[in-house]
Amino acid sequence: MRFIKIPSRLLSGLSPSGNKLFSRLVHDSRVLQHYAQAANKSSTNDKPFDKILIANRGEIACRVMRTCRDMGIATVAIHSEADNNSVHTLMADEAVCVGPAPSSQSYLNMPVIVEAIKATGAQAVHPGYGFLSENKEFAKFLAANNTAFIGPGTFAIDAMGDKLKSKQIAMNAKVNTIPGFDGVVEDADHAVKIAGEIGYPVMIKASAGGGGKGMRIAWNEKETRDGFRFSSQEAASSFGDDRLLVEKFIDTPRHIEMQIIADSFGNTLWLNERECSIQRRNQKVVEEAPSTFLDANTRRAMGEQAVALAKAVNYKSAGTVEFLVDSKKNFYFLEMNTRLQVEHPVTEYITGLDLVREMIMVAAGHPLSITQEDVGINGWAVECRVYAENPYKSFGLPSIGRLSRYVEPTHIPNVRVDSGVREGSEISMYYDPMISKLVTYGKDRTEALSTMCSALDNYVIRGVTHNVPLCHEVLRHPDFIKGDISTNFLNEVYPNGFTGKQLSGEEHKHLCAIACAFYARQRLMGQTFLNQTRLPQMGKVMDTLEVQVKLEEKTVTALVKSNDNAYEVSLNGSDVINVSSDWSLSSPTQTLSVNSGSPFTVQCVNSSATGSYQIQFDGTVFDLEVISLTAANLRAHMPVKVPEDQSLVLRSPMPGTVLSVSCAVGDKVAEGQEVCVIEAMKMQNSLCVSRDGRVKSIHCKEKESLGEGDLILELE
Amino acid sequence: MLRPLLRKSLQSLWYTTSVSQSRCSSQATVSIQENIKNKRKRAQLGGGQKRIDAQHKKGKLTARERINLLLDLGSFIEFDMFVEQRCTDFGMDADENKLPGDSVVTGHGLIHGRQAYVFSQDFTVFGGSLSSAHAQKICKIMDQAMMVGAPVIGLNDSGGARIQEGVESLAGYADIFQRNVMASGVVPQISLIMGPCAGGAVYSPALTDFTFMVKDTSYLFITGPDVVKSVTDEDVTPEELGGAKPHTSVSGVAHDAFEDDVDALLKLRQFYNYLPLSNRDPAPIMATEDSAERSCPVLDDLIPNESTKAYDMHDVIRALADNHDFWEIMPTYAKNIVVGFSRMNGRTVGFVGNQPKVKSGCLDINASVKGARFVRFCDSFNIPLITLVDVPGFLPGTDQEHGGIIRHGAKLLYAYAEATVPKITVITRKAYGGAYDVMSSKHLRGDINYAWPTAEVAVMGAKGAVQIIFRGKDGQAEQEAEYIEKFANPYPAAIRGYIDDIIEPRVTRSRICRDLNILASKQQSNPWKKHANMPL
Repeated sequence: MRFIKIPSRLLSGLSPSGNKLFSRLVHDSRVLQHYAQAANKSSTNDKPFDKILIANRGEIACRVMRTCRDMGIATVAIHSEADNNSVHTLMADEAVCVGPAPSSQSYLNMPVIVEAIKATGAQAVHPGYGFLSENKEFAKFLAANNTAFIGPGTFAIDAMGDKLKSKQIAMNAKVNTIPGFDGVVEDADHAVKIAGEIGYPVMIKASAGGGGKGMRIAWNEKETRDGFRFSSQEAASSFGDDRLLVEKFIDTPRHIEMQIIADSFGNTLWLNERECSIQRRNQKVVEEAPSTFLDANTRRAMGEQAVALAKAVNYKSAGTVEFLVDSKKNFYFLEMNTRLQVEHPVTEYITGLDLVREMIMVAAGHPLSITQEDVGINGWAVECRVYAENPYKSFGLPSIGRLSRYVEPTHIPNVRVDSGVREGSEISMYYDPMISKLVTYGKDRTEALSTMCSALDNYVIRGVTHNVPLCHEVLRHPDFIKGDISTNFLNEVYPNGFTGKQLSGEEHKHLCAIACAFYARQRLMGQTFLNQTRLPQMGKVMDTLEVQVKLEEKTVTALVKSNDNAYEVSLNGSDVINVSSDWSLSSPTQTLSVNSGSPFTVQCVNSSATGSYQIQFDGTVFDLEVISLTAANLRAHMPVKVPEDQSLVLRSPMPGTVLSVSCAVGDKVAEGQEVCVIEAMKMQNSLCVSRDGRVKSIHCKEKESLGEGDLILELE
Repeated sequence: MLRPLLRKSLQSLWYTTSVSQSRCSSQATVSIQENIKNKRKRAQLGGGQKRIDAQHKKGKLTARERINLLLDLGSFIEFDMFVEQRCTDFGMDADENKLPGDSVVTGHGLIHGRQAYVFSQDFTVFGGSLSSAHAQKICKIMDQAMMVGAPVIGLNDSGGARIQEGVESLAGYADIFQRNVMASGVVPQISLIMGPCAGGAVYSPALTDFTFMVKDTSYLFITGPDVVKSVTDEDVTPEELGGAKPHTSVSGVAHDAFEDDVDALLKLRQFYNYLPLSNRDPAPIMATEDSAERSCPVLDDLIPNESTKAYDMHDVIRALADNHDFWEIMPTYAKNIVVGFSRMNGRTVGFVGNQPKVKSGCLDINASVKGARFVRFCDSFNIPLITLVDVPGFLPGTDQEHGGIIRHGAKLLYAYAEATVPKITVITRKAYGGAYDVMSSKHLRGDINYAWPTAEVAVMGAKGAVQIIFRGKDGQAEQEAEYIEKFANPYPAAIRGYIDDIIEPRVTRSRICRDLNILASKQQSNPWKKHANMPL
């Protein structure tokens, strides 16, 4: 068949990096303590399983494997051909190739995965999230084959996997629900009719879906029709089920969810909430636990309703009940995710539990290691989902590429990075563009947030565009700091799209001074020859440099002097700024201090010897230019080169596959008219022309794959 | 008129220094000093403010502005500021035509503290045209540069020959050509074309080691658009005929092009740091903060599983190089081979790599010539060569065969075989057929030859090469698969000692840095000969 066992020699060859990679602990000391105590208490400390197959890839596969390792359980990875050398493949004790790159032919390829389970003798399967995690057929099949499914029973998956059914069950279990139409929408006209009845705004969403796919908000009839079309197409392509439903859209809502865990002995616990309101296109970006918004009573009520719902479907294993919470702390049941959630680490931090461990124990028929009384909230945890995407386009359009440089900030205490990549890994268009989950912990929210900022500053990701700028800005936003957020946060704070950090006057000066210091260092290094003996040695001392610095259309002149442990930069002949000099431009990060203030980290992402710098400061990358005053003065004579008129051409804003082209050469098109739909990472993106005109040429065909910036069409 | 006066003044200068001061001679001194001052002032202005403004309006800098930007601030020492053109015909001997310094500024100065000789043609003086005096000034600095061992940088901006001077001007060109040839391989010679360069004048840049151009403002052609029109009735703009674009991407005449004068000169300063001053000097070693032992994990995942899938050789080079810096030569010409300079542990090295992203990285006529010239430059100037091999063979086809791929491919082979500088080779993936031999193989005196575990060293005929390069065609897939299966590993070469070691990609940088230290004392020479007869 198609099984490829990874030869052990290959694995041993990679062990130096491997060990470091695998030894990254997921738990803080409290977690370890908890399980050490638990181990002492229980007399039967036998392994629940000998071997577990992880039917997933990327960070979650690695996450599950780490706990398996801790528990002494052997692991089996499945992987696609594109993932032959991926971290999760190399990390597992055994690995089985289950098909080509597209997930429909590999990670969703049930027959081959089942073969893999049989061939490797795995006793249990952890499905992670996504892929087969909420596929009742898969769970059923495993049950029939005496393989444990590390997740809930098929009844619960089935009941909660369907939004209509789950809502009915929730209502029966006396869980608060959102007003809406309890049935399948027939067509666009029907959708408009229902929307009219419920009252705008309404939410159109896939009956089978989750994760924001196949979900649209409509504020009027036209949007309802568009939303119906897109949602049903997305639902069909993502879930193979295009049934949709419509419900009341709650304005200024918060997305708060309750983690629950249950065993087969009737113990069902709520493990407190996670605040996941910071979302873009209904996908979470920043999550935290606990929520600043809930009081103890609301929390308990929410927890108890979640438990009631779980009990109603005889739930066992870890699950999440999602609620929308309005400004008056009314909460409404949204859906239940019958799997381990992406953002589970924040709950693990505040509760000291290892959810994967609990899931494995429950699946093996063991009781939970704790009772509801043991569950507390200890400290604060924040998670940023670091995506390979461009945050300046719709808060994040997927980007692909190879991680040419990659360093996780795990040297900082209380930082946890769940990732399935390493330097050199490729972020491909086949899978989710998430690079990692960056999680920080603190005794309180302020501490957790501040650790997160420095973790983001020290996180080195090169080779792909990423959303660190957006994460950083959210964390620093006064409303977020106050906890004054809703799921509309990004759209309200950045109504015209995200534009990156806005520099204050002081920051502008400091950044200019830092660039001057970089320039001075490069000048010094660039004249330090070690073997040019027949010339007088120079370069030991540097003359004062007279330069011009340009940052964001603002130009300043500067005098740069170097003394023992600092660069002294005087800007515009007045402000004198001292920049420490104990950093290296060869290292990916530079930790420095300005005017002997507290040290902070910037990243010199790019530097050209001719004086252009790209410096990542507070998450955002700024373009600076430092040139000698002589060059600056002479540049006045240089011709201004006219860039290509971009409004006449349409380029692909992201890598993806052309789903449809809705115009032909010679067609007249109007501004804002959709001409092409591109599918990327399972999301359909409608591309419109930005002016009226006639189509001159079309450069792509249906089903063709496009790279970012590829030409789609030209107007006359 | 002016000349006898000057001679007289100089005589009186002599007297003032040797004879005790008299009222008469001190008056003369004052007037002489005044005169010198005026001359200098005049020379600074070139062809006058009006022409300077015109030059600026074209988006170009003046000859002196260019020198000031190229050299370390205040380091320029000028030669021959008082030289004047000597033409007497066509009214050229009129006072206003005797501009001090004539149409070129020459001298020497420092670039990052290292010596450089420079000439900068002054378009504001008779359109930068080349008079015998102009040529003489250039020859003087070239002679001295060769004598002391320092590179010559030419900033070309000249309308052509000084037609008024006739054959004298042509003689001047030839004098320069002769020196270009004599200096070749003795000191690096760099030409930066910053304006027109037409007719015979083009052969001086062509004889130098590197020709760079400025986009939109520089042209190189033997015959201009007007002549082309009259002879072939072809309508062509100067930009289309000999601009930076055709020369960097089609003809291969220029090695790179820069955005504007300022950009070009600042970049040239950087480029200069890679070069030794002469063939008697070692390749420079610069202080670096990038560790020689730095591991490159990114390389472990770089080579795709499918041997037919492309990757970017630039990624390999950037991962290996100090601070990921790579100065590429001819980045837009014959892109199936990548050549350029980097530093390893501070030391300048020349990288040559096949580029799987373009034409599967095969060698064709243009790639061979591009590679050969680069290898020969490095060998001339003691720059170690690092060759990254992923080559499926020579490009087949009548175009190539009839174009003389045998003759041109031989150039690269010749260059590698002749080179005596340290030669380190890393086979990253394919090394097939004759192309394997060519790419700095053990058999061509490669000093250290490594293979990555993904290496496939195989003998493969033209047919096999076709299957690789024109992959995806029906029928051949199975044969191809079998062949690859048989040779898809580095062992056939390793068991014969043709490669010294199979290394994990991540350690490549540290291994090369160590090898370079050892090979720094390499001594190897070729048999005595007047010169070799390389296939041209």
